[in-house]
Amino acid sequence: MAAPKKPQVPGLLKGLGVTLNTMAQTLKPKKLGGGAATVQYPHEKETPPLRARGVIALREDNCTSCMLCARSCPDWCIYIEGHKELAPPRRAGGAPRKVNKLDRFDIDYALCMYCGICVDVCPFDALFWSPEYEYSEPKIADLLHDKTKLGEWMETVPEAPALEAGAEKKKGK
Amino acid sequence: MLAVDLPYWAQSLLRVLGGTVAVLLPAGTIVYLFLFKMMSFMQSRLGPMEAGPYGSMQLFAEVGKWLQKEDLAPDGADKRIYRMAPLVVLVSTFLLVAVVPFGPDAYFTNFDAGVFYMLAVSSISTLGILMAGWSSANKYSLLGGLRAAGQLIAYELPMVLAVLGVVIQAGTMNLQQIVVKQNSDSIFGWDGLGNPYILTQFIGFAIFMIAVQAELTQTPFDMPIAESELVSGYMTEYSGFRFLMFFIAEFATAGVFSLIASVLFLGGWGVPFSWFGWDATTGSVDNWMNVAGPIIMITKMMALSGIIMWVRFSYPRFREDQLQRFAWKVLIPVSLLNIMLTAILKVAF
Repeated sequence: MAAPKKPQVPGLLKGLGVTLNTMAQTLKPKKLGGGAATVQYPHEKETPPLRARGVIALREDNCTSCMLCARSCPDWCIYIEGHKELAPPRRAGGAPRKVNKLDRFDIDYALCMYCGICVDVCPFDALFWSPEYEYSEPKIADLLHDKTKLGEWMETVPEAPALEAGAEKKKGK
Repeated sequence: MLAVDLPYWAQSLLRVLGGTVAVLLPAGTIVYLFLFKMMSFMQSRLGPMEAGPYGSMQLFAEVGKWLQKEDLAPDGADKRIYRMAPLVVLVSTFLLVAVVPFGPDAYFTNFDAGVFYMLAVSSISTLGILMAGWSSANKYSLLGGLRAAGQLIAYELPMVLAVLGVVIQAGTMNLQQIVVKQNSDSIFGWDGLGNPYILTQFIGFAIFMIAVQAELTQTPFDMPIAESELVSGYMTEYSGFRFLMFFIAEFATAGVFSLIASVLFLGGWGVPFSWFGWDATTGSVDNWMNVAGPIIMITKMMALSGIIMWVRFSYPRFREDQLQRFAWKVLIPVSLLNIMLTAILKVAF
């Protein structure tokens, strides 16, 4: 077996230099572009990236209680109950429509592992990611967000960023 | 000499107090300044900021936390030895500080075999670590303890040999006289700087600092406490107060070894005697050096332990075989050569 390559002294000094430079950079005042890479959380808040997976918001009108999200959830943390109602017909003289009404839509954030499968799988654009992250609770039971609370998160959902050039949707027929 | 004449009990009390301060104060400062702050800055974060201004009270919070914890011992442990081990490690630190001179009259003891005593006492901690590893009834602890013993024995040798160079050059084993010698000597007739042995014994100094790094089991020599594979080695089973003792011992020993290194290589408490026209042979050093001396010592200690910690935060860990090879195949031959060279030059000049 070949002898392992011995550490070179210049490399060792370089290593010391890296840590020293990082220290100098951290100690440099904020005005001069220094400072730590971390944020002192309760005192100053980090702005999460636009598409951060903070919390899942629900647009109730779009939900048809099709149960796809509840079934695809690996943790079984989505609880849905609904019933059908009759709604007035679209055109005059038509038959009344049947619509699904949500009675219950709960996400248990004590169980949720933020995989986002529910958001991906929803065919009716009823679930959205919001970058909001401050919703911890003293009691674990309070982490069960009901449909009103999930609806309130909708306000924090950012506008979808504009598509890149050349990525426009194909016009429908 | 100081004109104060204290009864024996008062002297002893002062010595005990002084020793405690000389061990705990550097340990606390090193932990806060280097472990909490410098390490954080080197990793681009701020470290503790909440307890006290800039987190300066963090240490008290940590000690308070440890003191509240239960004093656990594993079922299969050899209880008596298990409980004694951290004490043995800590005692070795206190014994070490006893020979360090802080000023012309500010010392705990001043005896002729100081260097010999220092080297002998520093290996007591090995005993404590081996006791801890063996009595914990835990395979990680045992492995860690054995690795520590192997490493400490391997690096004790280069340390002894590096110090020998200083002893040969100074012609004495008395740490106090080594300090006096360094400050009253001259470099080719020029006495503006004294003659700190870091200049003539630079190889010895480098080897000594590397060996200290290994003795303290600081990274890159932290194989015995490698937390990612041995879950902190011999400390695995310790909790609460006994873990705290290991922790204090680690950083207090770093401080004390830095003190010893500054005594041996950097001129200790002294300033070059020629500055104030002091004469080493008559001992005409001014009394104010007893106050200035400790401050000078602490400054040098902080610089040296800063280097120890800086190295610790920069390098990855040596593998066990690399570690042993480095000690036996590099450090020991180099330090033997250094001794030979020193001896030849000593006889020649």
